[in-house]
Amino acid sequence: MVIEFHLDARSGVAPYRQLIHQVRQALRLGLLREGDQLPKVKDVVAGLAINPNTVLKAYRELEYEGLAAARPGIGTFVTGTLDGGPLAAHGPLRRDLQRWLARARQAGLDDESIEALFASAFRSASEEDIA
Amino acid sequence: MSAVIETSGLGKRYRRRWALTDCTLSIPAGHVVGLVGPNGAGKTTLLSLAVGLLAPDAGTIEVLGGTPAAGQAQLARVAFLAQDAPVYPGLSVADHLKLGARLNPGWDGGLARGRVARLDLDPSQKAGTLSGGQRAQLALTLAVAKHPELLVLDEPVASLDPLARREFLQDLMEAVAEQELSVVLSSHLVADLERVCDYLIVLAGSRVRVAGPVDELLATHHLLSGPYRDPGTLPAGQEVISASHTDVQTTLLVRTDGPVLDPAWTISEVGLEDLVLAYMSQATGRRRRDHHHLEVQK
Repeated sequence: MVIEFHLDARSGVAPYRQLIHQVRQALRLGLLREGDQLPKVKDVVAGLAINPNTVLKAYRELEYEGLAAARPGIGTFVTGTLDGGPLAAHGPLRRDLQRWLARARQAGLDDESIEALFASAFRSASEEDIA
Repeated sequence: MSAVIETSGLGKRYRRRWALTDCTLSIPAGHVVGLVGPNGAGKTTLLSLAVGLLAPDAGTIEVLGGTPAAGQAQLARVAFLAQDAPVYPGLSVADHLKLGARLNPGWDGGLARGRVARLDLDPSQKAGTLSGGQRAQLALTLAVAKHPELLVLDEPVASLDPLARREFLQDLMEAVAEQELSVVLSSHLVADLERVCDYLIVLAGSRVRVAGPVDELLATHHLLSGPYRDPGTLPAGQEVISASHTDVQTTLLVRTDGPVLDPAWTISEVGLEDLVLAYMSQATGRRRRDHHHLEVQK
């Protein structure tokens, strides 16, 4: 199974970080599993018109995190897994979130306010975790 | 690592006007280097000096350790794609490949024919009837098939439509991945360079404003915003690239190797485009917002 990368030029996130994020995301969602080959550098480069060093850097970082390993002359392969929680838990959580979103809309919040509220609550929750 | 282009105090004058002044650079090998700056900043002059089409009026320049265009061997190591991808309108695509084979000792005929086939170019078609995108691709084919160590491109995508632009850059990056190739390309648009370049040189007003690996530039520049503050009171080591003020708020783009510790600042990352624009407007001396700052100070 091979995933395909995309880049959001307007996100302001460095391209190599976007690639790393997409690999991690694919691992969490079960699109990539241990043993799968990551897209070949040459193919990513030709597809996205990005610098080969950017792709290499992303793959090196994934190796450093223990999520991938390069086999010289063949390519880079997934060696680790990311625990995104059991997929079975996603369904109920998504339903809770949808109910919450409906309540927020009823209360008159627009998309931007909802995002801002979520981001701010998320931030303060993770700060409490650290403290 | 060795330098592909090394200059010291390099300058070039057209009559009495200096098109390039006091240019000191050392560009390491193995990068895709973006040379960015407004029109008339001296980009074409610097590139022409690097390939030996111009001779310097001040300072020195070495390319791959040699004098630009100093002989057959040096010429074979460098490929140059001039602005608007010039081809011979009366010659066919096949004629161009024949010409490339005759003129270049390291010519890779297989690579050239393979590229022409992949690009779907008709070998018998006259180059003058090709589209802009096809012309650029033909010129790129000639440049990479000579197997240069350094490929220099002057505004390669400026005249192309967005699709042809993307296809050209895809092809260029593929060539970089396949051959061990250093690339220097110029553009007046940062957006063109953002994906492909890992090293950046900002040229404005005939001078180099900043140069370095893109990652390093992004990591050492920060956007600080906070309550009104005189930039003169910043700690040593924080260089202000651009500043804007209202009577209650100050926003600064600073360059610093260390962390910014002052809790009064909200620190954000800087995008490449904002960074380049800050250095460019520094060069033009446009300080509209500073006028406001002066009024506030009165």
